[in-house]
Amino acid sequence: MSLGQRVSSDHQLTRLLQIGVVLEELVESRAAHHIESLPPEERAEFDEEVEELLAEAATESAEHRERLEALIDDLEAETVGYEEINALVDAQYGPPEDTDGVLYDQLANEETAYKFYDDLIEAIEASESEFAVDRERLLETLYSIREEEKEGVEEVTEVMEQRA
Amino acid sequence: MNTADQYLKAIYLAQRIEDGPASTGTLADLLEVSPASVNEMIGKLEERELVDHEKYKGASLTDEGLERAHNALQTYCIIERFLANVLEVEEFRDEARALESVIDDTVAERLDTIIDRPAQCPDCFDAEQDCCELLELEASGRAD
Repeated sequence: MSLGQRVSSDHQLTRLLQIGVVLEELVESRAAHHIESLPPEERAEFDEEVEELLAEAATESAEHRERLEALIDDLEAETVGYEEINALVDAQYGPPEDTDGVLYDQLANEETAYKFYDDLIEAIEASESEFAVDRERLLETLYSIREEEKEGVEEVTEVMEQRA
Repeated sequence: MNTADQYLKAIYLAQRIEDGPASTGTLADLLEVSPASVNEMIGKLEERELVDHEKYKGASLTDEGLERAHNALQTYCIIERFLANVLEVEEFRDEARALESVIDDTVAERLDTIIDRPAQCPDCFDAEQDCCELLELEASGRAD
């Protein structure tokens, strides 16, 4: 058991980036499921702003995934495809009760992603290991994704406050 | 998972293995740290009333410590199951140990939404085998 919070090898880094990809795929898939799962009367109430928020979250996740996959490619590893994660989401999915439930789930998605990148950055910064990907490019990519996740948390919170 | 939670999980597993208080030696082996580090941390956990420590016998979890150890073991089980069944990693035990300090509980909760975890988790965790006794493994690795 390693008690140190640091990334010490390419292998470990790859695995963490793969987990990042899965988290992004989860956001994308759950956002799509939320829109589909709402009953018609809820969907009518599901205002444009919320729908736009989910669509944006899905697009942003797909873009984050591509950036992580480019790093994983350089580490000469594979990722898990979206369809596979979407099928797993499908198998276990329990739709939220209403629009507020959807927003809470979306907030949890964004907060989790932010926390994940924040911990990953800290663990990379704490390590003196050389990686097969350029350290600066790796960290720049993760800083920028983390920033976008932070903005995502703020956007969802804003919509929730407006609805309250 | 933070260091305190990793210790509580190890104490829980050591108590199951030893069928009694967790000895410093067993904890040092499980955590791959020195006995001095174990004793230092046990003292801190005792101050926080998460652990009772009896000289020459070992450490036992308090009710609050047990609850936290359960949660930590569930998080660990999620990581193992995710690695084994979603990423199809053969060496999932070693990798879970290497990753647990970097994976936060909230991240594990999200990963939990796509894995199949028995309702009795973590009681079905086999301390000797270092994995859930109900875990079904895929035939081959893929995402390596």
